[in-house]
Amino acid sequence: MERTISFRLNGTPTSVRVDDQRMLLWVLRSDLGLTGTKFGCGEALCGACTVIVGKEAVRSCVTPVGAVEGKRVLTIEGIGANGLHAVQQAFLDHHAFQCGYCTSGMIVSAYALLLATPHPTREQIVRHMEDNLCRCGAHGRIVEAIQEAAVAKKGGAL
Amino acid sequence: MSRPPIATSELRRRDFFGIAGAGLFVFFRSGPAEAQEPARLPTRLSGPGDFNAYLRIGADGRVACMSGKVELGQGVMTELAQVLAEELDVAFDSIDVVVGDTDLCPNDGGTYGSMTTPLLVPNVRRAGAEARAVLLGMAAEKLGAPVERLQVANGVVSDPGKPGATVAYAQLVQGRRIERRLANIPVKPASSFQTIGKSPHRKDALEKVTGRAVYSGDMRFPGLLHAAILRPPAHGAKLKSADTSAAEKVAGAQVIRDSGMVAVLHERPDLAAQALALVRAEFENPPEGPDDRTIFEHIQKTAPLARVVGSSGDLAEGERLAAGAIVENTYLNSYVAHAAMETHSATARFEDGKVTVWASTQAPFQVKGAVMGALGLPADKVRIVSHYVGGGFGGKTEADQGVEAALLARIAGKPVQVVYSRQEEFFYDHFRPAATIAIRAGVANGKIVLWDARIVGAGDREGSPFYDIPHRRTLSAGGWMGGNPAGMNPFEVGAWRAPSVNSITFARESHIDALAARAGVDPLEFRLGNLTHPRVRRVLETAAKQFGWKAARAPSGRGVGMACGIYSNACNAAFAEVAVNRSTGAVEVKRIAMALDVGLVVNPDGMRQQAEGAVMMGLGPALAEEVKFRGGEVLTRNFDSYRLARFSWLPKLEIVFVDDPEAAALGGGEPPIITIGAVLANAIYDAVGARLLQLPMTPERVLAALPKA
Repeated sequence: MERTISFRLNGTPTSVRVDDQRMLLWVLRSDLGLTGTKFGCGEALCGACTVIVGKEAVRSCVTPVGAVEGKRVLTIEGIGANGLHAVQQAFLDHHAFQCGYCTSGMIVSAYALLLATPHPTREQIVRHMEDNLCRCGAHGRIVEAIQEAAVAKKGGAL
Repeated sequence: MSRPPIATSELRRRDFFGIAGAGLFVFFRSGPAEAQEPARLPTRLSGPGDFNAYLRIGADGRVACMSGKVELGQGVMTELAQVLAEELDVAFDSIDVVVGDTDLCPNDGGTYGSMTTPLLVPNVRRAGAEARAVLLGMAAEKLGAPVERLQVANGVVSDPGKPGATVAYAQLVQGRRIERRLANIPVKPASSFQTIGKSPHRKDALEKVTGRAVYSGDMRFPGLLHAAILRPPAHGAKLKSADTSAAEKVAGAQVIRDSGMVAVLHERPDLAAQALALVRAEFENPPEGPDDRTIFEHIQKTAPLARVVGSSGDLAEGERLAAGAIVENTYLNSYVAHAAMETHSATARFEDGKVTVWASTQAPFQVKGAVMGALGLPADKVRIVSHYVGGGFGGKTEADQGVEAALLARIAGKPVQVVYSRQEEFFYDHFRPAATIAIRAGVANGKIVLWDARIVGAGDREGSPFYDIPHRRTLSAGGWMGGNPAGMNPFEVGAWRAPSVNSITFARESHIDALAARAGVDPLEFRLGNLTHPRVRRVLETAAKQFGWKAARAPSGRGVGMACGIYSNACNAAFAEVAVNRSTGAVEVKRIAMALDVGLVVNPDGMRQQAEGAVMMGLGPALAEEVKFRGGEVLTRNFDSYRLARFSWLPKLEIVFVDDPEAAALGGGEPPIITIGAVLANAIYDAVGARLLQLPMTPERVLAALPKA
């Protein structure tokens, strides 16, 4: 059903008039022009499209835009808005990427993990990140970057 | 299959300077690439474009290096900037590396075969040295001092004899246009390296961690339309009819039917796909073909005549010497997909009769030729830009989506974007070919005396083993480079990271272990006893030390193993420890230690990233990845049925370089993956006494191979 959906996108009140069954990924990338969130599989199998709704990491390729009505949505563009976040800095320092295509989803997923679990164990990191795919094989560096970001945040607010 | 015409004379001199402006230019070639990989390279340029890379030092003091290479994630921008900073004595940050733009960069073929480092890097260094020499000559004149006395730091030349006598490169080239070809200026010796051998922040890091890196599917223009294209259910299926009436009724949808293509354009990509789903299409199904179980028999039956890729001695004499100590196995590997996280994408836009196509490809000039051919446009009316590419691994040399986007943009009169769905990506992938490798080999007194191998489907490279074997022959039929008879493969096959060699190394190194077991000798001792190749010996010994190898005959129950190999002159040896779950068949890779000899390492962290990445990527085809199909119908459609290595698979990884700063730099993107299949097969054998002959070594195959209790 076409209707106006209002939500906070990266802190900014945003309204779009769209079919509320359309997936958030395409509304972000196409209607709103935020291309940092990537398409990888379309079926919640790879994590490239991960964004945060409220405090949860969700796969935007299977999240109807109607479901974010009145909620806060955070994308990679919002995470980097005021200078690099600790997670981004750690990804940069560890070169925790190669082609970079999965990186937005990785950083957003890691951000959500640290929101819920400021001091994750290595096992918690692996479990949380398990369904984010990376074909270049940056996994080891991504785990190290998240560990370092957790230390850098000292458990403080993100 | 006819090849598209190749774009020639990419950069005419006049046009070139129109774009490039003033400054000091050094033109050079990326190297004698023809000699290395003839069949993988397009025709050379002729006429004025006899260079295929160049650098410019501009009046703003910035240094630009233009190369037709592409940034796939392998770090080419960073590596080229490092070697230039080194030879020019300028700051790393003052260098801009421009890649993958056919209007700005000369044609140097494409980005594959681990050729950038060995072929481009040496000449970029020489170009930097040449530019520095020219600038020093100018500075000497300006400062009234002999060249020998001058010093350079951060692009500023100074005369230590005269305080205050300084001039910057930027001032020297102000308002001038100086052109040079490579002369024989020596590059810096390794002992004085400042930037080579360091690991600066990658040039692409900031854009990639902030989501600002722009890939081909991220281009946005006013009026941009997204295309969804009707695809056949199987390779070889012909479209009989398509009823597009329902799709045409979708608000904002534009249906295009043109020379066999049925597409829906819409300003929203998801709505284009939804409208396409309303098209009722009928296809004529192709005749039945092999499936993923019958394929190995099929390729052996349909393969072309075998070539001899290596032969010496006398096989009958080898048989006699072995006196029955013979091991004969046939090794299989299935089709595997490239599965880059970015699917094939392109955005095409016409302006004043010229089309620019932003395309995810490893070979922008090849795509340029394809677009020119398909649209009947001359070279100066087609520009391909391939800036950031979300992974290639050999799978993005062809880029049909670029042609599709250009055709649709011309018909629609608006910019058009094509982004493959994951299903299209699997369907149109040029897979690593299925292969069978049969080896009959014999030992006598710990020495390999016979090697008789027949390779089908994998290709030739490294087909003849580097071990010292007096009586040997390797035959090879078909392969990834094409030339296979129609119907041998039900779909396209192509280069997949270290093509030929990743399949052949699995077979050879598995078989070497089988021979070691037959001879009752520790596999490291067995290898070293049959190997004089000094660089392979060195990586084996280095990796063994790193791993802490303790000699034992396999199977020892420890779950440890090794493999070694050569790819494009780069040598590697890997040692692994695995745990095999005897009730589920699951294999856990606990640890991998690898030694790599890739000559001069320009960027140690960059090379480490390549090695770590190759090992992780390699776990997939070794343990899980396998394309399922029935005839031309590709049943593998997404990551639920095609399992890549993921975080929980991460082993403890130890990578050691056998560094040689005075040696030539070798490419490192492909070599580290070649040993992963065999090192795990050998470790599994060591753990449970079962030799796995087929990749991937899935839990089902491991269970089936386990000795019956």
